[in-house]
Parts: sequence; structure tokens; C-alpha cells
Amino acid sequence: MSGFGPKPWIQQHWDWRAAANFVFGGAGSGLILAAALALPLGPARAVSLPLGLALVALGLTCVWLEIGRPLRALHVLLNARTSWMTREAFAGIALFGVTVAAFFRPGDWMEIALGFFALLFAWCQAMILRASKGIPAWREPKVIPFILATALGEGAALAIVLALAYNMPSPLAYGLFALAVLARAAAWMVYVASVAPKLGGAPQAALVAVTPVLLWIGTFAALALVALAAALPRHFAMLLALGAAAAAIGAGWHAKRTIVTRASLNQGFALPNLPTRGAR
Amino acid sequence: MTRWVMIADLRRCVGCQTCTAACKHTNATPPEVQWRRVLDMEVGEYPEVKRVFVPVGCMHCADPPCMHVCPSTATRQRADGIVTIDYDLCIGCAYCAVACPYQARYKTDKAEFAYGEPMESEKKQFDPKRLGVATKCTFCSDRIDAGLAKGLKPGVDPEASPACVNSCIAQALHFGDIEDKASNVSQLLAENQFFRMHEELGTDPGFYYLWDKK
Ligand code: SF4
Ligand code: SF4
Repeated sequence: MSGFGPKPWIQQHWDWRAAANFVFGGAGSGLILAAALALPLGPARAVSLPLGLALVALGLTCVWLEIGRPLRALHVLLNARTSWMTREAFAGIALFGVTVAAFFRPGDWMEIALGFFALLFAWCQAMILRASKGIPAWREPKVIPFILATALGEGAALAIVLALAYNMPSPLAYGLFALAVLARAAAWMVYVASVAPKLGGAPQAALVAVTPVLLWIGTFAALALVALAAALPRHFAMLLALGAAAAAIGAGWHAKRTIVTRASLNQGFALPNLPTRGAR
Repeated sequence: MTRWVMIADLRRCVGCQTCTAACKHTNATPPEVQWRRVLDMEVGEYPEVKRVFVPVGCMHCADPPCMHVCPSTATRQRADGIVTIDYDLCIGCAYCAVACPYQARYKTDKAEFAYGEPMESEKKQFDPKRLGVATKCTFCSDRIDAGLAKGLKPGVDPEASPACVNSCIAQALHFGDIEDKASNVSQLLAENQFFRMHEELGTDPGFYYLWDKK
């Protein structure tokens, strides 16, 4: 964005409905991934799969509410060759199929397939942003690790709550959560350091303002609450885990909403040279 | 091979927006939609301020991000480089609009007219297919195709040229085949210094800005 030009402005094409797809789709695919990685067979896992799917479906419904021609929604499937939106739709369909299959017939291969398609869905979401060449805050490759890490962190938080609710605490879920939110914090710092200075003004301020929320509430407070939850008896643990999940998920959602609706300056216009005037 | 491109001579453009009006008249775009816009840019600080008028719109990129992201294949590219939108396929997701680095795309969800109720001309040209889908400059491909069918030369014969180019009062806008070394646009590019906008993004835009002679 060098040279001369009128200032870029916040894109007006994607609003909260598009942001909601990243918010719910990320959390839902993250929950299915966390369930595949860390929840043993049992009621917690059995609930996590439909809940994950419901979140993914909610996100896709929000997008459906945004498109100009909702009755043609199936045309979204026509360009798997180059469009990450088409690929997201196919990944979503595959995720639905595999999750339903894993619900009724769990098994090692099913867990691998579950994890694979949940990760693929989150990856497609990250790549949808990455391929948006007109929006500097989205096309930044460093957005990818953040979107993936927050999906896993949000999903692991939900997995912990479900495990506790069914009295089957999962040490693996605790570990996964800690790893994911720490990775998310690191990914966020790297992303913001790279993108925010290029944006300037209110969008830069909006991204920078997310950092303390993501670090102090979404990471450190959430980790402290989860550590306490792991050590305390079930009823206290449940409350603490709920608090941790709210903190971790809320911070992740806040960050995604900010990226999509508040930091989304377009490219603007720029002239590398000014026209000569008069005789030279 | 042919690749149609447009040239804007920034030394000549006076910002009158006749091209914008001609485009709206020809293509019947609704209020707030300008497939051919002219930016009025102020550059520098007082007393060293310059004013530049910059025609913009779809650059008909050779490597168009809008087409790559389009999930419905509504956005395509013709062999002559013109990037098109199939209004029957488009789902109106606006992914193309956020992928376009030139703010060239629009989406209008409701029918809107300049004075509320449609005027006769607006009624005549109203196309419900354009509601809820992406739209943008077509390089007046219908005029080009009709002109070519009559043996005319786009960029030279007004009947075969985009409306904005025809209307320009200062001959700041030019249109032609960049693959033809003898064409008007190839000559202009050979004689002048030029740039394309946001070239660093690798879109290979088909819109050239002249800013000085060589
Ligand atoms: S200017 Fe924008 S809409 Fe036109 S071809 Fe390039 S990316 Fe697509
Ligand atoms: S709005 Fe239409 S043309 Fe644009 S990406 Fe979506 S389906 Fe393709």
C-alpha cells in the first residue's frame, strides 16, 4: 500500500453473518477434532459429535443468510478446483458424513477420519481468508495458524466441559487445551505484529485491543481456571471449567469477529507515479 | 491471441466523470453502483498539493483473484481476457468482492432507482437477474462482440468500443488489443511511461495508467 492514494476503507461485503461462520464453524470443527484426539468413548464423546456438527451447521446457516441468492446455495459446490469456499462446503459435507458414521460405529480409523475432516474444515476456513487478496488483514499467511489454533483451543475447552459434565475427566483434553491456547496466543502475537502496523488507525487499534483480552482472559485466566478444575472435586471443577471455556472461547470469537468485521480494510488505491503537468 | 486492455492517460483526465455517466447510461447501473469510477485524489501537503483524477473499475486481471475464489464458477475469463460474471450461476456470496484488490465489484440486493420510482429509461433497462449477485464492468463486451461481428475494430471504431472510452472528452481513455503490436494501445504504451495499480499483488491487471512520455 505504498504510493499515493485515497485511504482504504473497511469492506462492507461480509458482516457479522460471515464472521459467525468463522466463529461457530471454528469452534464446531475444533470440538470434533478435540473429541477425536482426547475424548474416550462414552457419553461425553457421544454428545460432542452432534454438538460440533450443530455449531458447524449454525455457522454455515449464517453464511446462507448473507448470500444474495439463497435458493441457489448449491452452486457453492461448483468450483472445487480453485475456490476455498467450495472446498469448505465439501469438507463440511464430508465432516457431517464421517461424524455421523463415527457416532454410530466408533473405531480407530473413524477417529483418524474425524480428526482429518475436522482439521480440513478449519483449514478451509483459514484459507478462505488467506485467498482474499483484496483485504490485507486476511490475505496475511500468518492468519492461518491463528485460525487453526483457536479452533482447536475452543474445541478443547468445550471437550473439557463435556468430559466433566459426564464425570469422565480427560487428562488428554486438559493437555490439548493448554497446548492449543498457548499456540493460539503465540500465533496471535505473530499475526498482529505482522499485520497491525500495515493497517494503521482504527483497524490497527481494534487488533491491538484484542491482544490483552486474548492473552489475559483467553489464555492465562483460562489456563489458571482449567488447572484449578483439574485439581478440584467435580462440582467445583465443572464451574471452573465453564468459566475457562467461556474465557477461551469468548476471546477466540472476539478475535475472529475483529479480523472479519473491524480490521478488514480493503486495499484502497495507490499511484506509484503522479502524472506530469505542463511541459517537461 | 487477443487481450483487450484499457489505458487511462492521467495527464489528460480532468475528472469530469463523463465516462461514469456514459457507463451508467449504457449499463443501467443502479444508484451508488459505478462500474467506471473516477477518483478525485489530493496528494501532498499544502502548499505542495496536487490533484489527480484516476479512472478505476474492473481491471480485467489476467490472473483474477475474483475468479479463483468464486465458488460457483459464475466468474470466468474469456479467451480475450475479459472477466465475466454469469448472473444465473452467481449465488451472491460476495467472496469475489473481498478478493478483488480494486474494489471493482458491487452487489445490490434490492431494486433501487435514482428518484425512488423508476423512470421510463430505468424501467426499460431494469434486469432482475442483477439483483443479489455480483456485478462489475464488462468492458462493454456486448458492444465489442457485436462490433467484431460487423468487422469493426474495438478501440478504433466507436460502435465496437466501450461506452466510457467513446465518451471521454479528453481522449484520456483508450481501449485495444495489447497483443497486437500495431494497435493503438501498444503504440501508446511504447511511447509513454506507465504503471498498473497494485502490480505487486500479481493480478496482472489489464488497465494501464500513462503518467509521462518516455
Ligand atoms: S479488477 Fe477485481 S473484479 Fe476485475 S478481474 Fe481483477 S480481481 Fe476481478
Ligand atoms: S458473488 Fe457470485 S461471482 Fe462473486 S464469488 Fe460469489 S458466486 Fe462468484
